[in-house]
Amino acid sequence: MSLNKTDKERVKAFWSKVAGKADAIGAESLARLIVVYPQTKTYFAHWKDVSPNSPNVTKHGKTVMGGVANAVDKIDDLKGGLLELSELHAFTLRVDPANFKLLTHCILVVLAAQFPADFTPEVHVAMDKFLAAVARALAEKYR
Amino acid sequence: MVVWSEQERSIINSIFASLDYDDIGPKALCRCLIVYPWTQRYFGGFGNLYNAEAIKTNPMIAAHGIKVLHGLDRAVKNMDNIKATYAELSVMHSEKLHIDPDNFKLLADCLTIVIAAKMGTAFTADIQAAFQKFLSVVVNALGRQYH
Repeated sequence: MSLNKTDKERVKAFWSKVAGKADAIGAESLARLIVVYPQTKTYFAHWKDVSPNSPNVTKHGKTVMGGVANAVDKIDDLKGGLLELSELHAFTLRVDPANFKLLTHCILVVLAAQFPADFTPEVHVAMDKFLAAVARALAEKYR
Repeated sequence: MVVWSEQERSIINSIFASLDYDDIGPKALCRCLIVYPWTQRYFGGFGNLYNAEAIKTNPMIAAHGIKVLHGLDRAVKNMDNIKATYAELSVMHSEKLHIDPDNFKLLADCLTIVIAAKMGTAFTADIQAAFQKFLSVVVNALGRQYH
């Protein structure tokens, strides 16, 4: 289920429409992850305030979405382009890769809610494939 | 036994009370067939599913989407007993339709996204959590009678 030419074109085209709101999308996605899948809070035990609108969550959502934006740029070689990030997730953060799927779902929900007209089924499948490919690249160094 | 808070019940009832089945049903099923193309395996007799456009304009798919969405009505009316309510439907999906129960989650995810698109910012994280909890109970009940 790798990205073909059409997928990449669709991802880049859609991303150019939403990139301006990336920070807000990131914050919203992370907030939803924590509310809808409370078990993900275990990764943020070091924050006193893990509520959805807390400054930590907002800031971290921005960081994560920045990673996604970077991945769009590296779409032709995600494994190579995300190598360092993979090492970070594998050796330092050690986030169970199952959680990548949960965050992907939350990102897609936010995109649908904020860009209903643009988030067509065709864009949806391209973005889903892309985020799955990003997740795979991030999990590359785990074992 | 699933425990529902008053808020969760209210959220679920509210979503379904204002639901446009004729619009959301077809959209959810189409999205599932497009985003997860392997689900098309269950629709061999439904005519042209050759590409996204064909799926979106296929009247048989649209009608089926509405039917499937109405299938959730009984769960909404029997939230405290979804498992028993869907026992027969579960048997049917297993014995007659032979649907891999993993597919139920795929359709549930597409439905969530279609509702999110419809409700926009009104589809808050709390509402998403309640809706997904409801759908996961339904998905679980539908998969229960498989053996």
